[in-house]
Amino acid sequence: MVKHITTPLTYEKVKDLKCGDNVMISGVIYTSRDAAHKRLVEAHERGEELPYDVKDTIVYYVGPAPAQPGQVIGSAGPTTSYRMDAYSPTMIRLGQRGMLGKGKRSPEVIAAMKEVGAVYFGAIGGAGALLSKCIKKAEVIAYDDLGAEALRRLEVENLPAFVIIDSEGNNLYEIGRKEYLEFANK
Amino acid sequence: MREINAQDITAVVKKLCMEANYFLPEDIQDKICKACDAEPWPLAQSILGVIKENYEISLDNAVPICQDTGMACVFLDIGQEVHVNGNIADAVNEGVRQGYVEGCLRKSVVKDPLDRVNTKDNTPAMIYYNIVPGDTFDIMVAPKGFGSENMSQIKMLKPSDGLQGVKDFVIKCVEDAGPNPCPPIVVGVGIGGTFDKAAYLAKKALMRSTDERNANPFYADLEKELLEKINALGLGPQGVGGLTTALCVNIETLPTHIAGLPVAVNINCHVTRHKHASL
Repeated sequence: MVKHITTPLTYEKVKDLKCGDNVMISGVIYTSRDAAHKRLVEAHERGEELPYDVKDTIVYYVGPAPAQPGQVIGSAGPTTSYRMDAYSPTMIRLGQRGMLGKGKRSPEVIAAMKEVGAVYFGAIGGAGALLSKCIKKAEVIAYDDLGAEALRRLEVENLPAFVIIDSEGNNLYEIGRKEYLEFANK
Repeated sequence: MREINAQDITAVVKKLCMEANYFLPEDIQDKICKACDAEPWPLAQSILGVIKENYEISLDNAVPICQDTGMACVFLDIGQEVHVNGNIADAVNEGVRQGYVEGCLRKSVVKDPLDRVNTKDNTPAMIYYNIVPGDTFDIMVAPKGFGSENMSQIKMLKPSDGLQGVKDFVIKCVEDAGPNPCPPIVVGVGIGGTFDKAAYLAKKALMRSTDERNANPFYADLEKELLEKINALGLGPQGVGGLTTALCVNIETLPTHIAGLPVAVNINCHVTRHKHASL
């Protein structure tokens, strides 16, 4: 069964999501990766206003390829999330409710997720051509000088993902592997 | 002496950068299809199906398979009886520049590792020069994504660690990487040489077709054994559980010192790209 999620991603919506759920994400989401995260957190530490209101938003860790003629955006699959671990607890406590990436997260990120009720989605890494088709509109809203790493506002329709870590801290990377090995070694 | 013009190198590198990023090698396509058929775990099989659908979109539309169009690794096998009119490195970098800009490929290179300002044209390429007998000039372009590059490791084992030490280290690298490098992965292993040559061998191993085993039967068997052991880990596609953690293990070796046993593991994702041409 697929759960359809539309942003804003409220606390109530997050509480309904469980590790392993198949989801389709629609609505406005924001991109940022390594360099943009550094700027966001540094701006926050200086007491500056951020380029967008992060409350109940989903961040997509992606640095898209440039659009070819006729495309909204080039290939746009997830990048590896652990590189944002240094910044994510701050962003989560500022209200960022969902993260979309791939790969492991640190205990500090998971603790912040459980504390405020946030969720970590995984999209299929390396499927950038396919995922770009779910992006209907893309605009750079900050840090244009960063090129692929600029902060973008995306409008997405039915972007496929899985709940990797839910707001209780249940982790598909641990549970999915364990269940498969129980099946394989039966 | 055979004469080659630098402009011809530029034109070929440009074309290879674009084609390598749009069109997944046939042997990798074949491995993904076979893995999809053999995968017993439903979620894992559905992920492999999406991965297949993705590279088919790229084949049909000439768009990058993955947004990480990589750092351009360019392997040159230059015949010693060839003379190039012009600067080879400049010619290669101009080809990378044109390919990445005109091909709408992502510019992922920063000029300084700490200052981190993007060069905006994906240069410089990482160029590997190899001088060979004859008058041939071979170019291999391998765009290397860093999700998988970051999960690579090297270790200077002791001779007493032996074969078991090598096996344990390769498995540990894959286990440590977990879901991060976009499994199913291709594993390049370099054994022997020096610290730096082992790493080079591991990267070279990723350039070999996944249909071709090491010419030495001992290492061919080791490649098969390691692939089985990796696929018994249960990580599966994207690390969410399943049989298909790796598509292939390729090993390359060199003689080494009496005191050493260097082992390097270079991991590549399911978008293992390389494209070759001869001038």
